[in-house]
This record gives sequence, C-alpha cells and structure tokens, in this order.
Amino acid sequence: MSEKHRILIVEDSPTMRQLLVFALKRLKNVEIVEAQDGMDGLRKVSSDHFDLALIDINMPVMDGLKLIRLIRGEENLKAMPIVVITTEGAKEDRERALGLGANEYLTKPIQANRVLSVAKGLLKIDS
Amino acid sequence: MSDDRPSIFGRAEEFLTLFKRGAEFSKELIAENERLRRRILDLEQHQQFAAQDPEQWDKLREELLHRISSLEAERQNFLERMQSLEEENQQFAARYVEIEEENNNLANLYVASFQLHSTLDLSEVVKIILEIVINLVGAEVFAVYVVDEKTNRLEAVASEGAEPSSFPSYSLGSGVLGRSVASGEIYCEDGGHPENASRPVVCVPLRVQDRPVGAIAIHRLLQQKERFTPLDHELFTLLGGHAATAIFSARLYSESERKRNTIQGFIDLLTK
Repeated sequence: MSEKHRILIVEDSPTMRQLLVFALKRLKNVEIVEAQDGMDGLRKVSSDHFDLALIDINMPVMDGLKLIRLIRGEENLKAMPIVVITTEGAKEDRERALGLGANEYLTKPIQANRVLSVAKGLLKIDS
Repeated sequence: MSDDRPSIFGRAEEFLTLFKRGAEFSKELIAENERLRRRILDLEQHQQFAAQDPEQWDKLREELLHRISSLEAERQNFLERMQSLEEENQQFAARYVEIEEENNNLANLYVASFQLHSTLDLSEVVKIILEIVINLVGAEVFAVYVVDEKTNRLEAVASEGAEPSSFPSYSLGSGVLGRSVASGEIYCEDGGHPENASRPVVCVPLRVQDRPVGAIAIHRLLQQKERFTPLDHELFTLLGGHAATAIFSARLYSESERKRNTIQGFIDLLTK
C-alpha cells in the first residue's frame, strides 16, 4: 500500500475548510488536517509532517503571509509545497506570495477541479 | 595455485554448458532452415503447377482476390469500429467533465446549506452568509440586509468591502432591493462590475414562504470574477430560501431563549 499524503488546510472560514476537504477527499490515500488560523497552522506544521499545505491569506491571529514566512524560515519545512488561497487577484499580491515561497496561488471563488489539479501536481499524484 | 583449480574447473564447466547450448541452438536453426526450405519448395511447386494449368491459376487468383477483398472489408470494419469507439470515448469524456462539474456544484450547494443550518446564533448565521457570498460567489462589495419589523425597512446588518452604515436602507417595494424583496424575485445584472457602484448588481430576497426576512445586495464582484456562472444562480436561489430560514430560526430561537430566561428568572425569584 502506498504512503498516505498528509495535507494541512489553514483557513479561518469553516465554509471554505469544508469545501476544500470535500475537494481533496477525492484524492486517494490522503489524510487532511484542519487549522483555523495561522497560529494553529504553525503549531500543527511544527509538530507533524505534512506533504502539502493550503493556506488562506486573510486570517485572524496570524495571517497567511506571516505563516508562510515562518514556515520557509524552518530548514525542515523549506521543501513542503504551499498553496495560497485568497480573495486577492491582483498580480502584485500573487508575486508577493510566490516571492515568500508559496508554490501555487489560487483565487476565490475556489473551483474544486483547480484545487485538485494543483494538489495532484504538487503531491506528484498521477491522474 | 591449488586454490585456482576449482575456479578453473568451474569456468570450464560453464564454458562446456554454454557450448552445449550453442550446439543445441545451432541444431534447432538448421532444422528450422530445413523446414523453411521445404516450404519454399512446396510453394514453388504449387505455383509452377498452377502456372502450367490455367484453370488452377485462375482458381488460385480467385482465391487470393477473394481473400484480399475480405481482408479489405475486415480492415474497413475495424476502422469504422475504431472511429465509433473514439466518438464514444469523447462522449464519455465530455459526460465525465459534466458530471464532475455537477458534482462540484452539488458539493458547493451542500456546504452552503450545511453551514447555514449549523447554528442558531443570528450573528453566526450572518457571518456564514458573508462567507458563502465571498468564498462561493466571489463578491467583493456586498451587504446582508434584515427587515426591521418595527419600521418594515431593509437595514444592512453586515457587509464586506464597506461599512454596513454606508449601504442605504430601503423600504419594502421601493428601490431595486426593496422591489426584489417585495416581489420575491432575484434581480441579477450580467457582468458584476457596474458603472454605478451604489446600485446593486444582484439582489437576493430572503423570504420564508411569503414573509420577507431580509436580502443580500451584491454591489461588486472580485476582480478575478468576470461573470456569474450557473452555480451562482443556484446559490442565489439556495440563499434565498435557506439563509432566510436560518435567520428566521435564529431569531425565533433567540426570542424564545430570552423569554425562557425571563420566565426562569421569575420562577427563581418565587422559589428562592
């Protein structure tokens, strides 16, 4: 049996979290963990191994950009793929997030197909 | 030197085995060659025989022509079958995409409805409506209105992109929002990036049966959202019913809780 892919969703909106879980559950062999803000996400990412993290930008307690900066500052988390999810569609927002070390940038409203194809690509799962 | 002997013997044994295999293979090749030579001779004889006898020759020619035409027909049949399979495959692929999209839409509608009915706290319900409109519809500037039962006016109670106080209030039946709520019909302008920012592009009346509860007025969509999709229209319809029921239930629950607390207070006062 192949190894399980562990995915962390860091998102303050329960609606978005549920939607992302719905979409990602279609992938085989995945385990999804949810965090409700940046701080919660940081705690989880520091104590557990994840193969992929989906991070919202606008969150209470600690925003997504700060979380990405902290994650990329950790030697053992540098290689973990990060997907940013945000309402901001401007080019400069995208460049800022990618510049901080995010691998992909998805804008809301989110499309399940897009989330799936990005996750598959980063987890190297064949279609 | 004596230590090398077993290895030399081993190698000799290996070589012998290899040589035997080579010999067997050569024998097989010779036999195969002989068989093929005989076959060629047979065919040549058959051809010579047929060439000498025009009747036989015609028969052979007929047979071959028949075989060629049957192979041609078979080939054509395979080609047609392959083409039809390709078409079928394309139809399946298109259907798969359609079902996938339908599945995603249903998931969105399920999540929206699930979240709306997950609480009886009015402020939570309003927060969930905001989340749905931002995340699922992709609106940038919008407000959630509730009917003030005393004044019978629609007042913005929560919003995104601007303060609730900056959104105008409407009396039922007047203005684009008031008319939409009074009639119960969703108002939706194509596009979503209007010239006049003060006029909503979408008005979703929130009604429980015929009773107006509130409305959602979308003034502008997110920059990356170019137009409304069929899913958006489905979501507007869902919000019109489910958000209204959720607001209505939360209001009833909060009123009954208030009454229950008052009565409990009296009972406590009398019994203590």
